[in-house]
Amino acid sequence: MTEKDFSMSNSNGSAGNAIIVRGANKRYGDFVALDNIDFDVPEGSLTALLGPSGSGKSTLLRAIAGLDTPDTGSITIKGRNVTGVPPQQRGIGFVFQHYAAFKHLTVRENVAFGLKIRKRPKDEIKAKVDELLEVVGLSGFQTRYPNQLSGGQRQRMALARALAVDPQVLLLDEPFGALDAKVRDDLRSWLRRLHDEVHVTTVLVTHDQAEALDVADRIAVLSKGRIEQVGSPDEVYDSPANPFVMSFLGAVSSLNGSLVRPHDIRVGRNPDMAIAQAEDGVSATGVLRARVDRVVRLGFEVRVEMTTAADNMPFTAQITRGDAEALSLREGDTVYVRATRLPPVVGQVQDVPAVLAEA
Amino acid sequence: MTLSPVLKYLVRYLALGYVLVLVIVPVGLILWRTFQPGLGAFFVQISTPAAISALQLSLLVVAIVVPLNVLFGVPTALVLARNKFRGKSILQAVIDLPFAVSPVVVGVALILLWGSAGLFGFVEHDLGLKIIFGFPGIVLASIFVTVPFVIREVEPVLHELGTDQEEAAATLGAQWWQTFWRITLPSIRWGLTYGIVLTIARTLGEYGAVLMVSSNLPGQSQTLTLLVSDRYSRGAEYGAYAVSTLLMAVAVIVLVVQVVLDARRAGAAKQS
Repeated sequence: MTEKDFSMSNSNGSAGNAIIVRGANKRYGDFVALDNIDFDVPEGSLTALLGPSGSGKSTLLRAIAGLDTPDTGSITIKGRNVTGVPPQQRGIGFVFQHYAAFKHLTVRENVAFGLKIRKRPKDEIKAKVDELLEVVGLSGFQTRYPNQLSGGQRQRMALARALAVDPQVLLLDEPFGALDAKVRDDLRSWLRRLHDEVHVTTVLVTHDQAEALDVADRIAVLSKGRIEQVGSPDEVYDSPANPFVMSFLGAVSSLNGSLVRPHDIRVGRNPDMAIAQAEDGVSATGVLRARVDRVVRLGFEVRVEMTTAADNMPFTAQITRGDAEALSLREGDTVYVRATRLPPVVGQVQDVPAVLAEA
Repeated sequence: MTLSPVLKYLVRYLALGYVLVLVIVPVGLILWRTFQPGLGAFFVQISTPAAISALQLSLLVVAIVVPLNVLFGVPTALVLARNKFRGKSILQAVIDLPFAVSPVVVGVALILLWGSAGLFGFVEHDLGLKIIFGFPGIVLASIFVTVPFVIREVEPVLHELGTDQEEAAATLGAQWWQTFWRITLPSIRWGLTYGIVLTIARTLGEYGAVLMVSSNLPGQSQTLTLLVSDRYSRGAEYGAYAVSTLLMAVAVIVLVVQVVLDARRAGAAKQS
């Protein structure tokens, strides 16, 4: 490490940041995977890299791990410039989407792998492995082989394996992407609890906005190799920097020319729809007349597809089942709507990729 | 495909009959002819100096060819499975060449290259190392015809394995040789075992290429296959049957030993 690198990482406030990426670029032929990325991960945080496939989120994670080499740029982990350092010496733990379980080794041997490589004493290895298997809820599975475990169990084993070497940062590449929806939900909240216990700085790659909002305390939204916005889950959800972030983090509808979340549209029978002034600083639209085109019941919530009476623009509102029943909405009804919260985003639904608008 | 019961039985017996006539009857006939005069006659025939020398020579060739093919085959398979480079398809085709080329042609080519009048003739002239019509020639011919086996068995296994486990090992601190030894090699074990078994069988059974480059002297430069042919053509038919049986026995023993050793090693690895 040169003196220059050292002063550079310090001047960028390395005190609070476990990972610092500066000016990272990566191209695969014409495809730009990383477009001049600057990215910081605060010490002890659980940061999610959120983006569609091809946005560069996995490339960024693999660059931090040393599994991919950026064309340019520097990476600092815990104040040490690791640009050009192989993954073996970066002090990281990495968890892969498809578990990457060592199939010919038992659960115990899988978790012990990194410790064996480090030639730790046998007693110490055994104690540590048993302790970690306890933490991830796999005690008693020591002598099983990966093919005798469920997907969720395999991924918890992979987490224990990564944690066994006391990594300075934990990197998770779509860790729940290959699991069933139910198992995925369980593992999410489990990971959140684990992070509260272990406190290791964690970066999680995901394309699932619900997962990012649920698990992470910080979200970086990526698109086309760029970071569009970094912030807390509330910040990126409620104050998205641009239409892309807004649409990627949740459903989007367009009302009277502005982007709005469908659940922020109030529907009523009466044109007099006053909203509480308690929600200071939150702008709202005026009341609009609309026609109900379709009412779709989705369990607890009800999706109401409507068209504005003034300019025939279609939009969608999301209301609770109770509200829908109270209003007894039917196709063809005329109702009054108003958006109760307008995120400070300049843009139209047209700016949003079609695929995302559907979701 | 659903077949009527009659057709189903017909197909089944047809397949059985096919294998019976073409494989089981010829092999059975040799075994029967070998052991018809009793075990004593068999042992006399396979313990002549020529037979013992042939057995030793064949095993020696196997002992040299197999390690060489493993040593060069596994890295080649790794390169083919993991790297993209210009000329890869040409390399693939070259590796398959021994499948396509007749062993006799291989023998002729080796003579052209290593023979006293060949391109590398200086090895024999200046260094005094006799390759063609000597032991090195037999080894070279055997390697040529067996090159594809290990590579072709290991490569698809490596493809299927992917790089996830190796990358995981790297993030856990394993250097490349530790990763290869602890992760890659155990994962490709079955493909490698099968490649080795095929290599041994082909090396023991190779006739054409070896015939071209061997001086074919009984008790000196005859492998088991050359001895079988030699005995038969000289009218010693029973001797040929006996050595044939020996040849088959060696191949079967090698196969069994290989499988048993591998199962035991796997068991030991699981216990530790």
